[in-house]
Amino acid sequence: MKLNLVKPSKENLNTFVTLGSVLILVGFFDFLANTFLDLNFTGFLPGGLSFLTPIIIGVIGLHFIRIEFSGNRLLDKINTNFNSSNFNAFLSLLVIFALIKYIPPILNWFIFDADFAGNTKQDCTSGGACWVFVKVWLNRFVYGMYPDTEQWRINIAFFMLLALVGASFFVPAKIKKYILIFLLFVYPIIGLKLISGGDFGLEYIETGAWGGLSLTFIVSAFALILCFPVGMFLALGRRSNLPAIRYTSIGFIELWRGVPLITVLFMSAVMFPMFLPDGTYVDKLIRVLVAITLFEAAYMAEVIRGGLQALPKGQYEAAKSLGMGYWRMHFLIVLPQALKLVIPGIANTFLALVKDTPLIFVVGLLELAGMVNLAKTNPEWLGMAMEGYVFAGLVFWVICYAMSRYSQNLEKKLSTER
Amino acid sequence: MSKIIELKNVNKWFDKFQALKDVNLEVNQQEKIVICGPSGSGKSTLIRCINRLEEHQEGQIVVDGKEISENTKDIEKIRAEVGMVFQQFNLFPHLSILDNCTLAPIWVKKMPKKQAEEIAMENLKRVQIADQAKKFPGQLSGGQQQRCALARALCMKPKIMLFDEPTSALDPEMIKEVLDAMVDLAKAGMTMIVVTHEMGFAKEVADNMIFMDEGRIVEKAKTQDFFNNPKSDRTKLFLSQIL
Repeated sequence: MKLNLVKPSKENLNTFVTLGSVLILVGFFDFLANTFLDLNFTGFLPGGLSFLTPIIIGVIGLHFIRIEFSGNRLLDKINTNFNSSNFNAFLSLLVIFALIKYIPPILNWFIFDADFAGNTKQDCTSGGACWVFVKVWLNRFVYGMYPDTEQWRINIAFFMLLALVGASFFVPAKIKKYILIFLLFVYPIIGLKLISGGDFGLEYIETGAWGGLSLTFIVSAFALILCFPVGMFLALGRRSNLPAIRYTSIGFIELWRGVPLITVLFMSAVMFPMFLPDGTYVDKLIRVLVAITLFEAAYMAEVIRGGLQALPKGQYEAAKSLGMGYWRMHFLIVLPQALKLVIPGIANTFLALVKDTPLIFVVGLLELAGMVNLAKTNPEWLGMAMEGYVFAGLVFWVICYAMSRYSQNLEKKLSTER
Repeated sequence: MSKIIELKNVNKWFDKFQALKDVNLEVNQQEKIVICGPSGSGKSTLIRCINRLEEHQEGQIVVDGKEISENTKDIEKIRAEVGMVFQQFNLFPHLSILDNCTLAPIWVKKMPKKQAEEIAMENLKRVQIADQAKKFPGQLSGGQQQRCALARALCMKPKIMLFDEPTSALDPEMIKEVLDAMVDLAKAGMTMIVVTHEMGFAKEVADNMIFMDEGRIVEKAKTQDFFNNPKSDRTKLFLSQIL
């Protein structure tokens, strides 16, 4: 039987598969030898071509095994998923090769060549990441400049939060309501008082000393909780029939959306005190919180407004026809649906908010990323920027990914479609 | 029988388009009126003006002794007495069928939850979807949804019911179940104003028929007279096309 090399067919299945597999294997062999053994069999070819040989051979091999409805399930699966066309075959090989080439060095840096033991920079000898840096500074990364002897206060505050949130998942809906109210209105005050101290025999610790991951959490949590209702009212205000309210909302939203957060923070630190009468002093953490809250509220307002726009007019009419006034209509009918619609957008804004918190360094507050920044400039630990930022990045990723998953769960839970 | 709704020389414009022209109408208690007419003739606008989902610019609308105008402070109170069923059902998709029915009684009429639920179940039984009470609107058929919308309106114990083409969005086989529920309601003595093209229903239930065209009430007559010897040519033409 004659072989048509351009068009592999089912009749010559075995021949083509054998031929193709051999070519693919040759491609992989060439690539592996090149990457790990420093052997370049195709060195005689001109530079670029030599570099691409494994992929070219591999793509030809994949072309040979691309036989539709071959009857072999594995082959069909490979063909549909990695090898549906020559271009896709090329991309698949490129990705596989890139992964093989770059994952091992990354793993080496992270784990196999990394140093974990020791207490000084000098203990890091093996060329990989120096996690000793993170280990030594971990306390500062988490608590900032908060005095060591008082750190139990932060621990208790966060433990309380975790316990309350955890409990709210396991108790019946009736008690859950009270826990949530407590969490939103009472706990923040207790938590802040516990951390700042000044009463009840607790030593007063000024906010300048707060920092690290705990500050990230404090700033994020307060800004999240506060910006949501503010954004909600701004969104309603922008759709109000009363011109005064509408234009105030529009002006507010456009003003805050139009300026970079860093300038807002800067203003809150430098300009704002000038407008205050002499002698009055507003804590800089509070100023920062207000600034971030208002800034994010403007974004939140537009996200929520998107949900309000998406709601059919009939929902408003049905609510009105049942005798509901403006507030009942919005809180019972409109907002529950609109907010559900924009959960992805809300999650988006929340994630952006958490990742914006490092900017508070402009007023001298150092949360996690800020502490890393500070630690890497310590004369004894110069050159540790990479480890520090990777660590901070990972921590932020974990926080954000958890929030993202939670929002997805919430979406599913609240869905009443079918 | 006493008047419960009165419209005097009502005019309404959407920008420059005049939707209602000098509409005069009186509805007595327990009266059933069916409004028909070609699309765009102002039928829906007319009944939507009665609970002020649309605002009229001229004339007088009096519902249950209270005039409806932009100065009406307690428009919500009037709306609570006037039930409405929409073409697109407009159930609240985030609430279960039962919650759809209890929401307004609990929050608007301040009824205890238990009592509201009892009334809701009564009304759901009346429209024969009591077994669906725990489901969400998205899980029901169109006919069931519309009957739920009817039950929801009835839970407010309205004095007047308005129907805005209640069967127009339904599959043919579901129209009957909704109309049956409406016939039952009519027999129970409810004051009803119905915009519909279901002439069989009109013949069975209506005391008076209204024919509208281009924002005017062209003809108002007793149901029998309306179908047997309509006076205006426009009505004759319309009836010849839909019967």
